[in-house]
Amino acid sequence: MATRARKSAAGKRPDRAQFADLLRRMMLIRRFEEKAAEMYARRKIGGFLHLYIGQEAVAVGAISTLSPSDYIVSHYREHGHALARGLEPGPLMAELFGRATGVSRGRGGSMHLFDAKRGFMGGYAIVGGHMPLAVGLALASSHLKNGRIVLNIFGDGAVNQGEFHESLNLASVWKLPVVFLCENNLYGMGTDVRRVSAEPEIHKRACGYNIPAERVDGMDLLAVREAARRAVEWARGGKGPYFLEAVTYRFRGHSMADPEFYRDKAEVERWKAQDPILHFRRHLEGEGLISEKEVRSLEEGVEAAVNEAVRFANESPEPPPEALYEYVYKE
Amino acid sequence: MAEITFREALRQTLREALVSDERVVLMGEDIGAYGGSYGVTRGLLEEFGPDRVRDTPISESAVVGAGIGAAMGGLRPVVELMTINFSFLAFDQIINNASKLYYMSGGQINVPLVVRMASGGGSQLSSQHSHSLEGWYAHVPGLKVVVPATPYDARGLLKTALRDENPVIFIEHTALYAMKGEVPGEEYHVPFGQANVHRPGRDVTIVGYSGSVHQSLRAAAILAEEGLEAEVIDLRTLRPLDIDTVVESVKKTNRAVVVEDDWRTGGFAGEISSLIQERAFDYLDAPVARVCGADVPMPYNKRLETAALPSEEQIVAAVEGML
Repeated sequence: MATRARKSAAGKRPDRAQFADLLRRMMLIRRFEEKAAEMYARRKIGGFLHLYIGQEAVAVGAISTLSPSDYIVSHYREHGHALARGLEPGPLMAELFGRATGVSRGRGGSMHLFDAKRGFMGGYAIVGGHMPLAVGLALASSHLKNGRIVLNIFGDGAVNQGEFHESLNLASVWKLPVVFLCENNLYGMGTDVRRVSAEPEIHKRACGYNIPAERVDGMDLLAVREAARRAVEWARGGKGPYFLEAVTYRFRGHSMADPEFYRDKAEVERWKAQDPILHFRRHLEGEGLISEKEVRSLEEGVEAAVNEAVRFANESPEPPPEALYEYVYKE
Repeated sequence: MAEITFREALRQTLREALVSDERVVLMGEDIGAYGGSYGVTRGLLEEFGPDRVRDTPISESAVVGAGIGAAMGGLRPVVELMTINFSFLAFDQIINNASKLYYMSGGQINVPLVVRMASGGGSQLSSQHSHSLEGWYAHVPGLKVVVPATPYDARGLLKTALRDENPVIFIEHTALYAMKGEVPGEEYHVPFGQANVHRPGRDVTIVGYSGSVHQSLRAAAILAEEGLEAEVIDLRTLRPLDIDTVVESVKKTNRAVVVEDDWRTGGFAGEISSLIQERAFDYLDAPVARVCGADVPMPYNKRLETAALPSEEQIVAAVEGML
């Protein structure tokens, strides 16, 4: 049995409990998403559902490096980000079910999750449209000198949108504390990023805005975490924005309605073989940092949490019709 | 009381906000070193420095979006867009983000942002610099749309806008910047949703806002020579809209003309007309008339441009047509 890994002076080596927590968070995301898919098929969830399955290492790796007061501005494939941030599965599932106890009081749905107390500032459906908001939050924290940095998460589909370019330029010229994290899962809905991008190596675009950039293996939790640490340190040190491209893959379709004509099944299988949760678990087991018994206990805990989330959502009331006009304006 | 220009009323109000509230930050193209393309922010960079008065790149979408984000993060930003015509580049931010954030977050996050825009034509600036599209913003739930017509209202409404917890679209008609008017020295503000009767009358109600208020007043002077007394109402804000004042007036005069610079078809004057007929149908002696901008892109040629914009003569003709 390996002894407990000690934290180095730079705080770079997480301890056993921290590792277990990272694994648990990835497992929670996976189980939550699988359950959400099931609930969608049972019509408990309406609209669009964009699953994060396969990308768990990016959310958990990156978000685990933030401090509790930092901000996250994400896009519509965000359940994994929300869970990684610590939003409770019950109110998350309730939001997907459209209940009044949902994180956005049933007004937002899957694509518009908000938890201001945890700095989770949405949840947006316009590809690239949320990026200027991240820049603005960073402007506020820079002005107020409150030390809060912003993690802005977007996909490969966003990097050709005008607002992407404007946001990178503005954050860079004003030296704002934004970590721009591109989750490159190789497809913008059904379109291979290489078909529509003059520069498909997305991190290379950052140099056009004088922003330091890295590309990282998004299936490797520790690699994502290490890269995110560098990015967060850079931003928090007042040096301006940092750009990370995490190459990853979604095991399911773009949304529940996607028949996946545009990608070949062999490719999907190749990526599934790089399952980030399995990869991290095997790493921990190999290093003696987790036992089989502990893994099973984590799995049971996650299963219980997700089932409890469904129970909570099912038993929650819907917002009443008379509340239709609530929240249009703040008094 | 002092007589100052519309521009100066705005400038003083912004300056006081910068002095009294550390959270106020101005952002916009050429608002700093250039002094503002319409001179509203002249001197403010020198007084408050580049962190409070920020010259931006030409990135309307990101600049407005950053204003929204900054408001979400606890600042009270004021974004200047050079004209309403350029604001379309920021439409996504204003409509998909600013107007909806409070609602879709279930009341968690609000956007206390003021976006100032110059509007209006008449200077031969042609099709992409000359339109007035505040009606499009007035269409959107979640926004407030403010259209001052006098220096008094410019200051009073801007004060209210700066305190509002919601996104406010603040429209400044370019023809009014040099207009002088009385502005009190003591503290005051003008609330939203309160129209102003500039000129009482009993024969017809003329409803205008922003630039069209003054045309309406000139038309009223012409009508007075013909023995017709027009009541001229200045809406002051399009959203919230004080339709009650308009309806009360129409109940007295039985006739209404709505005047605006914006294109006739689908313009906000249609909304006002519809509200009048819903609330005062039995009082109307004639259909509500609209005097609006012509349904054309704004031409460069001076005579054509004048013909494309509403005039006193058109207002007078509309009134005479309903007698």
